[in-house]
Amino acid sequence: MAGLAASFGSGAMTNSINEIKDAACILVIGSDTTSGHPVIALEIKKAVRNGGKLIVANPREIELCRYADIWLRHLPGSDVALLMGMMKIIADEELADLNFVSECCDNFDAFKKSLDNFDLDFVEKVTGVPRDTIIEAARLYATCKPATTIYAMGITQHSHGTDNVLATANLAMLTGNMGKPSTGVNPLRGQNNVQGACDMGALPNVYTGYQRVDNPDLQKKFEVAWREDLSPTPGLTLTEMLDAACDGKIKAMYIMGENPILSDADANHTEKALKNLEFLIVQDFFLNETAQMADVVLPAVSFAEKDGTFTNTERRIQRVRKAIDPIGNSKPDWWIICQLAKKMGAQNFDFENPSEVMEEIAKLTPSYGGVDYERLEECGLQWPCPTKDHPGTPILHVGRFVCGLGKFTPLQYKPPAEIPDKEYPLILTTGRSLYHYHTGTMTRKVAGLNALDPEGLVEINPWDASALKIKNGNTVKVISRRGEVTAKAKVTEKMPKNVVFMTFHFAESAVNLLTNPVLDPVAKIPELKVCAVKIEGVKQK
Amino acid sequence: MTEFTLTINGQKASATEEMTVFEAAATAGIYIPNLCAHPNLPPSGECGLCLVKIEGQSEYAISCTTKTARDMVVHTDTPELRQKQRSALEKILSEHPNACLTCWRKERCKPFDVCLRNVKVTERCVTCPKNGRCDLQKVADFLDIGELTIPYTYRNLPVNQDNPFFDLDYNLCIACGQCIRACHYLRGMETIDFIKLNGFRVAGPVKDNHKNSGCKFCGACIDVCPTGALMERPGKWLGLPRHSVITTCPYCGVGCQLSLEVNDGKIVRSVPVLENSVNQGQACVKGRFGIAEFVHHPERLTNPLIRKGGKLIDASWDETLALVAEALWNYQGDQFAFIASAKCTNEENYLAQKFTRTVMQTNNIDHCARL
Ligand code: SF4
Ligand code: SF4
Ligand code: SF4
Ligand code: SF4
Repeated sequence: MAGLAASFGSGAMTNSINEIKDAACILVIGSDTTSGHPVIALEIKKAVRNGGKLIVANPREIELCRYADIWLRHLPGSDVALLMGMMKIIADEELADLNFVSECCDNFDAFKKSLDNFDLDFVEKVTGVPRDTIIEAARLYATCKPATTIYAMGITQHSHGTDNVLATANLAMLTGNMGKPSTGVNPLRGQNNVQGACDMGALPNVYTGYQRVDNPDLQKKFEVAWREDLSPTPGLTLTEMLDAACDGKIKAMYIMGENPILSDADANHTEKALKNLEFLIVQDFFLNETAQMADVVLPAVSFAEKDGTFTNTERRIQRVRKAIDPIGNSKPDWWIICQLAKKMGAQNFDFENPSEVMEEIAKLTPSYGGVDYERLEECGLQWPCPTKDHPGTPILHVGRFVCGLGKFTPLQYKPPAEIPDKEYPLILTTGRSLYHYHTGTMTRKVAGLNALDPEGLVEINPWDASALKIKNGNTVKVISRRGEVTAKAKVTEKMPKNVVFMTFHFAESAVNLLTNPVLDPVAKIPELKVCAVKIEGVKQK
Repeated sequence: MTEFTLTINGQKASATEEMTVFEAAATAGIYIPNLCAHPNLPPSGECGLCLVKIEGQSEYAISCTTKTARDMVVHTDTPELRQKQRSALEKILSEHPNACLTCWRKERCKPFDVCLRNVKVTERCVTCPKNGRCDLQKVADFLDIGELTIPYTYRNLPVNQDNPFFDLDYNLCIACGQCIRACHYLRGMETIDFIKLNGFRVAGPVKDNHKNSGCKFCGACIDVCPTGALMERPGKWLGLPRHSVITTCPYCGVGCQLSLEVNDGKIVRSVPVLENSVNQGQACVKGRFGIAEFVHHPERLTNPLIRKGGKLIDASWDETLALVAEALWNYQGDQFAFIASAKCTNEENYLAQKFTRTVMQTNNIDHCARL
């Protein structure tokens, strides 16, 4: 969420889930909310029932389109053009909230100049959306207040994902939809505790609460607290780690609760990297595809067997409570790390329970300063919550931005890193199913979920399908420059022409064998949402 | 919103214009028997039980659809009202198994007792999964219903088991419409509605089965069903849970609050929590039906594994931790990397980065958040 941090000084959902229902206008872009975040979709539907307007921007005809006033069917990877095009209309028609802009924001002139590159002819061509629809959407968003923007991985998983995020931030600032109820920019985080993992400093460049490792004062603070010398050099990101493992620079890796072989773009590369390690530790509760390659596997417990906290997408820190005893000899991840650290002679890992760990987190992390388990008992707390008597923060940036002024960013349209050509004429985009989670390690073990959604399908438009002589249910081969997978075709009008879709939950048709590992230069998120493929029928035996 | 007072059963109660008589009574702690009201659902008046007498009005009023007014005088417990309510209930019971409801032995009867009244096994409360937590039983007890004065028919309809997660026993449906309203209003779906089966009016999927009717298997309909008609299949026969623990769903960033119901060390059911600002009693198919089975899956890892001769072999924690500690000494600094997890807790991620930065002396820590 580097983009949001750049604009507003914070990378989380600016507003809260229960405000969505009161929005007068909602823009949902890059999120198939009913599948990815079903309960938030309920709030969107409530808003519509309350008379709110809904704009859905998505190449696929997702379920929310049924409830939408306007559906912008833009081409995958054209989000910046679409949003900047809308903003140009808002600026040209003088619908912008110039009071808010001049009082609370910075860098407007440079931004406004960059809008010149987005005249409607260009935007229409790049996005494939008729100009009138774009105009209508722009007017609706600018005039119905409060308006809120909701997005998910469909915005971030691009080689220019940071630009996409910045574009949504620009739109919110331009229309003055910031720091008030039912407004803001609201990223829906994919995995359950992405927000928390980031907050806790499971990142190469920051300690907890986004305190930079290369800031000498902060380094000092943590050195004192942890009684240990610390390195001021930011570490490697996940993708860089895998490259370094391939080159033999990283020799040992400890993977906790993840299955990168299925989740990372370019699976072949990941596998090669892990094979090249001298020592691989995997800690998980199943022997997943990555664990099968490990030298040591440490059996962790599931969420139901441990205490702790998760931080949800609206920054709410909530309790995880132990419901049953650990299965077999499995142990909570926190216990395993503490034991190992102690075995290696570390002094500061004498924690009896996660509540004590939270005490230490609160001491070292300003935004979590007021958090303790007792206070979380009722309904959690939304950070920032700096002190014990602070009630938590449902809405960010009320009155002023966390970093002072909100910063407009001039943007350019950049096409996806890989665009269709003669050889690979189709765009492949990826997403989630309602019935599965991530790489399916958990959900694929549930018979009912598997029965409802048993296999990864390739969704394809009838027109493309008939051109390729593919019928519904045929097995096809999907081939990209990096690999190929086979899967059954689902011919559906829900897909636009020249675009095919797959979910990424299935090991046997692992879509990440196909996707493009090219990274967003700032956020280092790979381009999972767009790559060029071709499709071939497979002879039925 | 102006507050005013009204009188219910001689007791002063405060209300606002938006409130119904039913809500005002509930706020004042007065119970009005009902089978179709739910705090999260718009009222429908479907069951016809919540009648009240409002002074100055000749007709009895349906309290859940009647708004309050200043100085209104309401009676909820006159003998005539009770008689009216009993007839409304009798109408419902004329198509619902009721022998147990009117039997004097019901308190002591166990599922396998010999029934003195020759009631068929399928028509007994004691063999119904909802026994003991059924609203119909509560209302029948409250109104002290006796033998029916109108004829009774058992519908003899098949139980709908068209999906992996829940059963719909049409014979127990009292057509209260709560499930339908939940599906429409809470979920924005139109999967179920009143349908006719063999001439009986019941709630069911609008097309041939739930899936084809657009069902998302969220289970909202199950939670509101007052009878045993809609029951989730896992844990169906286990009755009330021995204990339950409120925790956070592990399946997406919404963080729905779920109550995990536990019997004999096993999770049997997962039910969304009503009072919280995140999910307000709602969940999705993953949080509701996707938890117990993976937690208790036979393939769960139960011992540490160490690779020996190319194979992963079971080992003890002592041996494994010693081996890992020994090995990691050789990789301190930038040749080590830690991949933490967006699935683990905050505390665990905190410890992971602390371990990496202090013990392993590197900032090479990241997680799959970027995905
Ligand atoms: S639904 Fe209630 S009243 Fe009907 S059989 Fe079951 S327990 Fe008895
Ligand atoms: S499970 Fe959900 S979608 Fe399906 S019928 Fe019930 S309420 Fe409707
Ligand atoms: S299935 Fe249950 S909730 Fe639905 S109408 Fe019948 S009794 Fe009421
Ligand atoms: S129940 Fe569904 S919507 Fe709620 S947190 Fe779990 S996966 Fe997300």
